[in-house]
Amino acid sequence: MMARSIAMTIEQVAVRFGGLVAISDMSFTVGEGEIVSLIGPNGAGKTTAFNVMTGFLTPSAGRVTYQGITLTGLKPHEIADLGLIRTFQRTSVFPNDTVYDNLLIGLHRQGRVRLLDAILGLPGARASERRLRQRASELIEWVGLERLAHDAAGSLSYGEQRLVGVALALAAEPSMLLLDEPVSGMNASETHRFVELIRSIRDRGITILLVEHDMPMVMTVSDRIVVLNYGRIIAGGTPDEIRNNAAVIEAYLGHGAARA
Amino acid sequence: MRIVVTILAVAALASVPLWLRDPYLLNALITTGIFVIGAMSLNLLLGFTGQLSLGHIAFFGIGAYVSALTSLGFDVGLPGGFRLVHAPWPPIMGFVLAILVAGLCGYFVGLLSFRVRGAYFVIVTISFAEVVRLVALNWVELTQGPLALTNIPSVALPLPGLSELTLRTKMQNYYLVLVVALIAYLLIARLVHSHFGRAMRGLMENETLAVSVGIDVTKTLTIAAVISAAIAGAAGSLYAHYIRIIDPEVFAFINTVTMVIMVISGGKGSLAGPVVGGMIFGLLPVALRPVMAPEAQWIAYGGVLMAILFVLPRGIVPSLAQRFGRRGSRTPVLAPVALTETGAKELA
Repeated sequence: MMARSIAMTIEQVAVRFGGLVAISDMSFTVGEGEIVSLIGPNGAGKTTAFNVMTGFLTPSAGRVTYQGITLTGLKPHEIADLGLIRTFQRTSVFPNDTVYDNLLIGLHRQGRVRLLDAILGLPGARASERRLRQRASELIEWVGLERLAHDAAGSLSYGEQRLVGVALALAAEPSMLLLDEPVSGMNASETHRFVELIRSIRDRGITILLVEHDMPMVMTVSDRIVVLNYGRIIAGGTPDEIRNNAAVIEAYLGHGAARA
Repeated sequence: MRIVVTILAVAALASVPLWLRDPYLLNALITTGIFVIGAMSLNLLLGFTGQLSLGHIAFFGIGAYVSALTSLGFDVGLPGGFRLVHAPWPPIMGFVLAILVAGLCGYFVGLLSFRVRGAYFVIVTISFAEVVRLVALNWVELTQGPLALTNIPSVALPLPGLSELTLRTKMQNYYLVLVVALIAYLLIARLVHSHFGRAMRGLMENETLAVSVGIDVTKTLTIAAVISAAIAGAAGSLYAHYIRIIDPEVFAFINTVTMVIMVISGGKGSLAGPVVGGMIFGLLPVALRPVMAPEAQWIAYGGVLMAILFVLPRGIVPSLAQRFGRRGSRTPVLAPVALTETGAKELA
């Protein structure tokens, strides 16, 4: 595999909630422009890992660096300002706003103008507003939701809400995107379209870290897969390597199936 | 359509003193207008950020006292034998200072409480109002305590090329309040439709998601609190110079409750809501006075509020807007997993 420059480094991260160990010792890297998937049975610590990377949780030990900057101690919105943007499993939209307004909110980082300029309606603020509206329309078109642009996001189907969530994240102009189970609740054709979408996001030069349960989808889209179980990494490699890894099969079929 | 309604409403309000000569009714309209400005400022926080300030009258009262003291002057002793002496300034300076000082108080209250928010913000604001009331009551040397500050001068507008115009008549004060209310309305409208307003709305609907796209919670809420407090301070200043006497009772909890009722009944989160709610509940006592004893008035007051919320649960303006317009948009339905449980579940 070609050597890439490293976008994100996770070094010996541990998260404990009281006596419960959510992540015991996690280290891996994500290369610039790579699609890496983080998989594992339920409760393996995948979402916890996301929360650490995006500043919603402070790790008990270890550190995460993004493009050379240590993220520990930064607030979520400060991490977002570094271009590290995530989506959420459940609450992926602003439910009472239209899809279009959702994207305008998501464009926050692009729309910062001085408050006084906005209140007085100065030309600079107006031009910025026009740019945002243009950009929101482009994003809606890009995820294919033009038809629903003026519907309340909360009234959309679950799969459509996931798309809005991704469009929202893209509105924030990420350099790296963390997707938390983006295709859960989507049917096969929606999932297929979503895979295309992820590829086109990567083609824009955006690094992607994916948490997902849909194995066929993960196998198709990933450059590399990291497998978590009980808070520790049990395997890492290309989709082919993971498919044939004994520890992974054990975790999913042996132990995982018995628990399910 | 909307702009036509707004222009008609403003024209109607501007015409009132031309045909309404009854000083009692005009007086009721002026004080109602002042409270509507207060309600609009409360709505900026309650309706657009979801934070309930139950001590909002503190900013109003601070505006009133700052403005009164600026225009009356004072001479108070400070610890260490110093004396702070202030000669009277024109009321217009009081108005400006009222806005600045109230805004500054909003900044500190916001900074203190927005790290925790929710119920904590409610409690901090209640306590703040109570502390300010006690200061106004007990710092007699400055505020005259329960004896009240009296003889507060009327607002005088320096006119270019002419001498000062002192606003003594009801009609003049009516137009002053109307102009300030319009400015406050436009300011809030611009604000909530700007990029900043979208950040507030995002935070209210789904804070976790808002933060993840780069919205700074503490900064956004603090700015909203400062602007809200400053507008309330402006209303307080108008009150002081119109009534011309203020005592610590201005800080009474019931005054905050009145503003909350105005916002909730009119429709929180809608620009016109506090205006409509404020007009109803500001003028209701006037309408009830000839027909009811004061005690019965309060019962009727409560009855009207309950009737409004029963028929139009989201408040008058949003409910009517939904009923008579905005067709074609599907109403929001919550997704299978309750979307309201934003933070806790997602992060669990």
